[in-house]
Amino acid sequence: MTKTYRFTCIVCPLGCSIEVRIEDGKVIGVTGHTCPRGQEWAVEEATNPRRVVMSVVPVEGGALPTVSVKTAEPVPKELIPELMKFLAGLKLKAPVEIGEVVAEWNGIKIVATRGA
Amino acid sequence: MFPEIPMLNYDVVVIGGGPAGMAAAVRAKELGLNVLLLDENDYLGGILPQCIHPGFGLHYFREELTGPEFAARFAKRLVELGVEYRTAARVMEIRNYSDLEKVVIFTSPSGAYQAWAKAVIYAAGARERHAFEIGIVGDRVAGVYTAGEAQTLMDIYGIMPGREVVIVGSGDVGLIMARRFALEGAKVKAVIELMPYPGGLARNVMILRDFDIPLYLSHKVVEVRGRGRVERVKVVKVDENLNEIPGSEFWIEADTLIISAGLVPSVKKLTAIGVEIDPSTGGPVVNDRLETSVPGVFVAGNALLINDLVDYVAEQGELAAEGAKEFIENGGIESRKWIWVEKGENVRLLAPHRLSGERDVYLYLRVARPMEDIELRIPEVGKRVKLSLATPAEMLRVKLKAEEVRNAEKLTVEVVRE
Ligand SMILES: Cc1cc2nc3c(=O)[nH]c(=O)nc-3n(C[C@H](O)[C@H](O)[C@H](O)COP(=O)(O)OP(=O)(O)OC[C@H]3O[C@@H](n4cnc5c(N)ncnc54)[C@H](O)[C@@H]3O)c2cc1C
Ligand code: SF4
Repeated sequence: MTKTYRFTCIVCPLGCSIEVRIEDGKVIGVTGHTCPRGQEWAVEEATNPRRVVMSVVPVEGGALPTVSVKTAEPVPKELIPELMKFLAGLKLKAPVEIGEVVAEWNGIKIVATRGA
Repeated sequence: MFPEIPMLNYDVVVIGGGPAGMAAAVRAKELGLNVLLLDENDYLGGILPQCIHPGFGLHYFREELTGPEFAARFAKRLVELGVEYRTAARVMEIRNYSDLEKVVIFTSPSGAYQAWAKAVIYAAGARERHAFEIGIVGDRVAGVYTAGEAQTLMDIYGIMPGREVVIVGSGDVGLIMARRFALEGAKVKAVIELMPYPGGLARNVMILRDFDIPLYLSHKVVEVRGRGRVERVKVVKVDENLNEIPGSEFWIEADTLIISAGLVPSVKKLTAIGVEIDPSTGGPVVNDRLETSVPGVFVAGNALLINDLVDYVAEQGELAAEGAKEFIENGGIESRKWIWVEKGENVRLLAPHRLSGERDVYLYLRVARPMEDIELRIPEVGKRVKLSLATPAEMLRVKLKAEEVRNAEKLTVEVVRE
């Protein structure tokens, strides 16, 4: 079975419309890209989309009631709901430094983006 | 002037501690000016501490940061340089006694103060348009928020504003809020966009696909109904002239309506001292030092015009500080003559409005409608810059060299097909 994905490339402002065709899990064709960077991105986006995930975690004793966090690296998209559940269970105590690793989940570091 | 109110003395007072104000204060201090920065919030950073998504600082720091990270870098420099600042300090009024005598009256937990300064840099940001401004009628119910209010609740206070959400506006802010709600497990039932194209950048439009969120283009929310809390909203389709199409109405059930219908520069304190406003930007008319029509009053960031990139905001702050330095040293910003810049074909808004022709300058502009394979042209001086794509969502920034424009009488900027 062939599946066709259509993306607007986000790698540069040109925003090419790229099509990736996939048959039995294999990339059989990419069209519409103007450069190899866009091609690489579109293939990755069709086969293994990843996102940096951000959220906030409650913190006790800080100036604000929450600390904002992000994953240190992009996470496979299908794991995001599970990661969000993990983050929802976190509770931190001040002091938290910006840039501090406040937790780890399946080998992915969770980094504070705001101090407390 | 107010003997009963304690008096402070500075070269320059910066109003607003967002990226524009922080950049201005840092630069002013680096230039040797005695500066005070004021912000009414309890923390520095303006709207950045609540913008927890990545996408900040690619130009400025050559690194993709979240809003709070970007703000923290500036705050750190501010502290390292020993810039004097006060938070929880709300500016009530600016008074303009003479070119080099201005007073900024502010209140703070320790009382009211008058800060005298030779120059003022106004960086108070923007306010969001609310439901009534975009013609939504119906019940006065809980559950209607602007995007910024919802963002503050979620990302500063950790409170979920609702569970079933309709978002008005597909600009970057609306799309980013759609993702935040979806990530936190809310059901985003629709994003409603008045225009026939999405308002945000492609990378943010991708959010809709990530979370299977329906986008209704050429639609608008016209009515909210509920008992106590939002229960449903009425949506109607519009034609190419943005007129409602009779019979096209439908209802969406939701407990929350998020309005993300654009920002308006907040300029009340400026108009009160006679600063001239450009109706197309909603911000002041400025020269190439970002000085307003009131000498010695400078403006930067979203108070000048709505920026989508924080990098440009910081750049404007620095420029305003350099203007303040020149103003204080020379007792004014002089030019042999001013070259007025006018909007031509497909240019919706533009700043600065007048140039001295004596220094290089960045023009910031937005187009009226999306266009591909385009050129920015200034016919009077034969300038042409190729651009791949322009959409109203994305601010364009073009550099003009002093020698390119020096001899012009006026400039007309147009964005046209090549
Ligand atoms: C939701 C959202 C998402 C964004 N996402 C991105 C992004 O991904 N990437 C990017 O580069 N840019 C982004 N931007 C744009 C950019 O961050 C803003 O344009 C920028 O922060 C504006 O900075 P500013 O300093 O002009 O205003 P603000 O940050 O609004 O700061 C103004 C400050 O002035 C203070 N103030 C106002 N009135 C007074 C008064 N009377 N007395 C004392 N203080 C006062 C306010 O408290 C506030 O702190 C986003 C903007 C928004 C709204
Ligand atoms: S394919 Fe290449 S040129 Fe086209 S948008 Fe992507 S990165 Fe830019």
